[in-house]
Amino acid sequence: MREELLAIIEKNSRIDLKELAVILGVEEIDVVNELQALEEEGVICGYHTLINWEKTSLDKVTALIEVRVTPQRGQGFDNVAERIYKYPEVRSVYLISGGFDLLVTLEGKTLREVSTFVSDKLAPLEPVLSTATHFILKKYKDHGTIFSQKSEDEREMITP
Amino acid sequence: MRNFLADQVVELKPSGIRKFFDIVSEMKDAISLGVGEPDFDTPWHIRDEGIYSLEKGRTFYTSNSGLKELRQEICAYMKRKYNVAYDAMSQVLITVGGSEAIDMGLRAMINPGVGEEVLIPQPSYVSYEPCAILAGAKPVIINLKAENEFRLTAKELEAAITDKTKILVLPYPNNPTGAIMEKSDLEAIAEVIIKHDIFVMSDEIYAELSYKEKHVSIASLPGMQERTLVINGFSKAYAMTGWRLGYACGPADIIKQMTKIHQFAIMCAPTTSQYAAVEALKKGDADIEEMRTAYNQRRRYLMNAFKEMGLECFEPYGAFYVFPCIKEFGMTSEEFATRFLQEEKVAVVPGTAFGDCGEGFLRISYAYSLENLKVAIGRLQRFVEKLRSEKA
Repeated sequence: MREELLAIIEKNSRIDLKELAVILGVEEIDVVNELQALEEEGVICGYHTLINWEKTSLDKVTALIEVRVTPQRGQGFDNVAERIYKYPEVRSVYLISGGFDLLVTLEGKTLREVSTFVSDKLAPLEPVLSTATHFILKKYKDHGTIFSQKSEDEREMITP
Repeated sequence: MRNFLADQVVELKPSGIRKFFDIVSEMKDAISLGVGEPDFDTPWHIRDEGIYSLEKGRTFYTSNSGLKELRQEICAYMKRKYNVAYDAMSQVLITVGGSEAIDMGLRAMINPGVGEEVLIPQPSYVSYEPCAILAGAKPVIINLKAENEFRLTAKELEAAITDKTKILVLPYPNNPTGAIMEKSDLEAIAEVIIKHDIFVMSDEIYAELSYKEKHVSIASLPGMQERTLVINGFSKAYAMTGWRLGYACGPADIIKQMTKIHQFAIMCAPTTSQYAAVEALKKGDADIEEMRTAYNQRRRYLMNAFKEMGLECFEPYGAFYVFPCIKEFGMTSEEFATRFLQEEKVAVVPGTAFGDCGEGFLRISYAYSLENLKVAIGRLQRFVEKLRSEKA
C-alpha cells in the first residue's frame, strides 16, 4: 500500500485517515503506522499547500538561477550547495546534469530583491563561476496541477 | 399516405426508463451518478498522436479492416494480456466502438427469421437484445441472480439452451452490475458451451477494469477460441469513448463476413482514432493502471458507505458500477430513482433499464471524482434515512 498511499497524499495531504483507510482497503491503524514510518524514514518530508500566489494581492517574484560552480576536493558540490540552500529565500537547490551544475529556485518580493541576492550573496561565493537568472513570468502548471483548468463535467446524458 | 416505417423497428421496445431520463436531462443542477463513461480525459500522449496524424494529413480512409499496424498491436495486446493469439490479417476487425462489433457479429452469424436463439444474460448492456432482434434472431433472456453475484452459472446456462440456441452473449465484466466471471466460473460454462456446440460473443470492453484478479478471456480456455468472438475497444480502458473505436477478434470465417457488412455499412473506423489507438496500445499500460487504481479507491469508498448506511450490495469487482439493492424500501427501482432525483437531485439509473430482473436494484456509476461521490453519497444517506423513517 506504500506507493498507493504516497500517490494519494502527494495530491491531497488533507484527506482524513478514515477515508484513506477505506479507499486503500486497509485498517485505519495501518495507515497511521505507515504514515509514521514514512515520516521517520524521511520519505515524507512535509505536508505543503500548493498556492497560486498570482491570485492573491501579495507580490512575489520567483527566479530560476543556473549556477556553474567548481566542485571542491573531497566535497564535490555538497559544500557549496549547503552554502546556498541555507538562505531561507532559496526555495530549492538541485544538482543537475548538463551545461551548468546547480539549479536554484529563489523567491523574493521584488525583482530588485532577487537580483540583489544574486549579486550580493550568490555570485560572490568563491566556487561560483557564473550565474544566469531567469525570472518566472507565469506559472501554468506546478506540482502536476494546471492552474487555469476548468473542471466542468461535459459528458452528455446518453441512454445507458 | 402509406406507413413507411419498418414494423420490426417500430416494435423495438424503447428503453423503458425514457421518462426517467427526460426528467434527468431537464434538471440542470442535479448531480449525476448515471453516466456510463470514464470521467478522465484521454491521456494526453494518445490525444497528441491523434492531433499529429491530422497534422501529417492522415485524413484518408484506412483499409476496411482497419490500419494494419493497429491490428498488429491489438494482436500483441491480446497475447500479452490474455494469452490468446490472433492473426492480424484475418482475425481482427476494427469497428466504430464495441457496439458496432456486437451488431456486425450478430448479423454475420444469424439466419434471420428462422428462430435462431441468442442467449442474453441480464441485467446487461441495453444493446444486445435489440441488435439480436434486428439481426433476425430470437433473444432469450437469462435472468441472473444477486445471490450468485450476477455471475452466469453452468446450471442457468444449461437450462436456457434449446436445439435452436446458436449464440451466448457473455457480458463480463458487467455493466450494470460490476460482476465478473473468474476463471473457474468460465471453465464451468465452457463445458456446457462445448457440449451443446454453441458460439460465444464475449463482450470484454471492461476487461481492464477488473479489481480482483486479472481479467480472464473465455477465448483463452481450451477449445474456446474457435467458438468465441471477443469484443473489446478503447472507450473504457483508455477513456476514449468519443473516439468511437472498438474491435472484434475471432475465427477468420466470421471476421471475414463481419468485414463484408462493415465494409458496406461503415467503410472503415475513424482514421484519426486509429492512429491514436496505436499509441494507446503501445504506451498506455501505465495510464490504465493509474485509472484503475483511482476507480478501485472509489469502489472501496462506495462499498464502505453502503455498509455504513446498511444498504445491501454485493461487492462488485469489475467495470465502474455498483449495483445496490433497494428492495427493503418497498418501491420499484424507477420510483426510487425518480424520488431520489426529485428530492435530493441525484441521478442514478434504475436497474430495470438493463432488464426486468434489475428490478429492486440501482446502477451507481463511480466514473466520478471522490469529491463528487462524497456529496452524492451524503444525499443518498439522508434519503435512505428519510425512507426508513417514513416506513417506521
